[in-house]
Amino acid sequence: MPVDILMPALSPTMEEGKLSKWLKKEGDKVTSGDVLAEIETDKATMEVEAVDEGTIGKILVPEGTDNVKVNAVIAVLLGEGESADAVSAPKAAEAPANAEEAPKQEPASEQSAASVPAAPKTEVAADPDIPAGTEMVSTTVREALRDAMAEEMRRDPDVFIMGEEVAEYQGAYKITQGLLDEFGPRRVVDTPITEHGFAGVGVGAAMTGLRPIVEFMTFNFAMQAIDQIINSAAKTLYMSGGQMGAPMVFRGPSGAAARVAAQHSQCYAAWYSHIPGLKVVMPYSAADAKGLLKAAIRDPNPVIFLENEILYGHSFDVPKLDDFVLPIGKARIHKKGTDVTLVSFGIGMNYTVKAEVELAKMGIDAEIIDLRTIRPMDIPTVIESVKKTGRCVTIEEGYPQSSVGTEIATRVMQQAFDYLDAPVLTVAGKDVPMPYAANLEKLALPNIQEIIDAVKAVTYTA
Amino acid sequence: MATRAKKSPARSAQTSAAKAPKPIQFTKEQELEAYRQMLLIRRFEEKAGQLYGMGFIGGFCHLYIGQEAVVTGMQMALREGDQVITGYRDHGHMLACGMSARGVMAELTGRRGGLSKGKGGSMHMFSKEKHFYGGHGIVGAQVSLGTGLAFANRYRDNGNVSLAYFGDGAANQGQVYESFNMASLWKLPVIYIIENNRYAMGTAVSRASAETDFSKRGISFNIPGIQVDGMDVRAVNAAGEEAAAWARSGKGPMILEMQTYRYRGHSMSDPAKYRSKDEVQKMRSDHDPIEQVKNRLIEKGWSTEDDLKKIDKDVRDIVADAADFAQSDPEPDASELYTDILL
Repeated sequence: MPVDILMPALSPTMEEGKLSKWLKKEGDKVTSGDVLAEIETDKATMEVEAVDEGTIGKILVPEGTDNVKVNAVIAVLLGEGESADAVSAPKAAEAPANAEEAPKQEPASEQSAASVPAAPKTEVAADPDIPAGTEMVSTTVREALRDAMAEEMRRDPDVFIMGEEVAEYQGAYKITQGLLDEFGPRRVVDTPITEHGFAGVGVGAAMTGLRPIVEFMTFNFAMQAIDQIINSAAKTLYMSGGQMGAPMVFRGPSGAAARVAAQHSQCYAAWYSHIPGLKVVMPYSAADAKGLLKAAIRDPNPVIFLENEILYGHSFDVPKLDDFVLPIGKARIHKKGTDVTLVSFGIGMNYTVKAEVELAKMGIDAEIIDLRTIRPMDIPTVIESVKKTGRCVTIEEGYPQSSVGTEIATRVMQQAFDYLDAPVLTVAGKDVPMPYAANLEKLALPNIQEIIDAVKAVTYTA
Repeated sequence: MATRAKKSPARSAQTSAAKAPKPIQFTKEQELEAYRQMLLIRRFEEKAGQLYGMGFIGGFCHLYIGQEAVVTGMQMALREGDQVITGYRDHGHMLACGMSARGVMAELTGRRGGLSKGKGGSMHMFSKEKHFYGGHGIVGAQVSLGTGLAFANRYRDNGNVSLAYFGDGAANQGQVYESFNMASLWKLPVIYIIENNRYAMGTAVSRASAETDFSKRGISFNIPGIQVDGMDVRAVNAAGEEAAAWARSGKGPMILEMQTYRYRGHSMSDPAKYRSKDEVQKMRSDHDPIEQVKNRLIEKGWSTEDDLKKIDKDVRDIVADAADFAQSDPEPDASELYTDILL
């Protein structure tokens, strides 16, 4: 059967072009790869190559023709023993066919593009009950993180940790203290200072099913690796149609420490919370750090686990249980209250808890929600609280624009507008690179007075 | 004063960089296997180009025509469980790994029967079953990932090697050298295959690379490298066998620079004004990887023109079937929008 040679599209946006020159004439024998013609668009001149072998039977669009639509038949290729007579004339008239009538890009599909399916909702279990009489042990966040990793490494031989100074140095912030002694250099791997590279190595290992914990000395350095985190770790499951993903944890301190200035003082909660395919956890207490890190290591998805250098040394009660695992995606009501909802997470809780004490003295009964997980965000818990209090203030150290707080404000406005008695206010770090000078650094960070002022404003008690 | 007593390990790496193994002679069966495989890739890519022209394939589409000997020769050096990872010019690698022509073509047309259910497209396809780890659209990212595959092989002590393919363009990315360093430091079983097709998009290697002998790129990491005639499937296979034995025996990575050539533009919308038609034509007529095998088969009397025509027809049938499937298979269901984001 004669084969139609069609006007090709050479870019996703091309609709028509000029057939500027025929390099073959009727009767010429061609094999695949031979250049048949040249076509011109406003961007470029391109060659049309033969895909099949045969003889050029009839040229239907002469050279020099402008505005030839994509997919129009421009010539007919004959197989062995076929004759050009079989090609009927009307076909030529059809040649500058309307590209919109062509079969392109309209495959058999019943759905219209307009009906976007709803995003699925996933139920997250509540925190496990802690049996009565469980011993509570005062533990630093640092120790809790180490214990979580050690327990999970004992439990699963596929879990390993890699990063700068995690092994022989025992961790730049001593989070991996003792792990090398217990698990050896095969599973506690010192890397060169090469964030982009070792993040990629970790993702590659995870794609085979291993469970890497990649420690960044700080998340500021993970900026070098962010391509591997987002383009490789977060997207592979989707791009592979569910065949493989990156079951792993990227962890390390995020946000300001003390006097380390602009390049070492940045909160990454909002950055990573933007990305589908990631989970983002940012604990405040030692118990949450332990229970959530254990959950993150077991999670089959890539989890960004944001710690804080100042919190590392803080002590909290941690239940002494064999296997204390907390649900990712569930906020924790840190303190119940009736007058205003304070939403925070990570180091932001430090300010919030102290502000609440002052507010109580003023007769304001604040409810404090510790988000714990930034993505997926437990908005229902926030909404429930706001329905009760009618007021909401968010607190975080990150920059104010496109922050976690603005996300919460948006959702509360959309989902609890009728319950609000005041606009949602957001307390955040200032919109500046972190200054070094002690006084300026203090000004750049949020403070307790700003929280109090915001609460006074939304409760109209100013 | 600095001491210079220590023998530079780089020197020994450089020495081995100079030694390319002589092309081994293929048996009749090997020649036929290579012929069929390369022809499948060529015909598949020609068809993909045609479907792109008809609007069935969207976005970016990078064809592998001209480079077929590289993946074909390397794949013949592998054993079960060895992994492959590459960049965005990936259709040939997938076919060489044994992924179905239907699955690849239907992914190109964005249909539900595609290897990634239509959600990945030309540059992002995977097969757990065939140990193919993508298909990556970020230039150079696959080099670190491929090093991670080798890390996993070492961690599991499974005797497998990983093949990380990348181009002469990607060879200038920083993470490539971060990966070289770790792979050599930890003696990871990875083969870095630099497919030097002379142009990074439209930039000739001499305009982008201070050192255009890519086999030397591992010298400061003590990684040996070999320059290989990437248009001769036997030379590729010989180098692949040597590199695989090296990596499998615990000696660490090896670099193979495959000197190859792509006949088509960088992507479908590339008018290829940066090189002459004569240059392309000369490669096609004098160095075509498929013609080389074909000529040997005929010269040695191992196949007749008719035998080869039959293979040609079989291959055309596979490709035609794949193209039909890729045009008739439905698009993914709308419900797939929100699947495979998190487990």
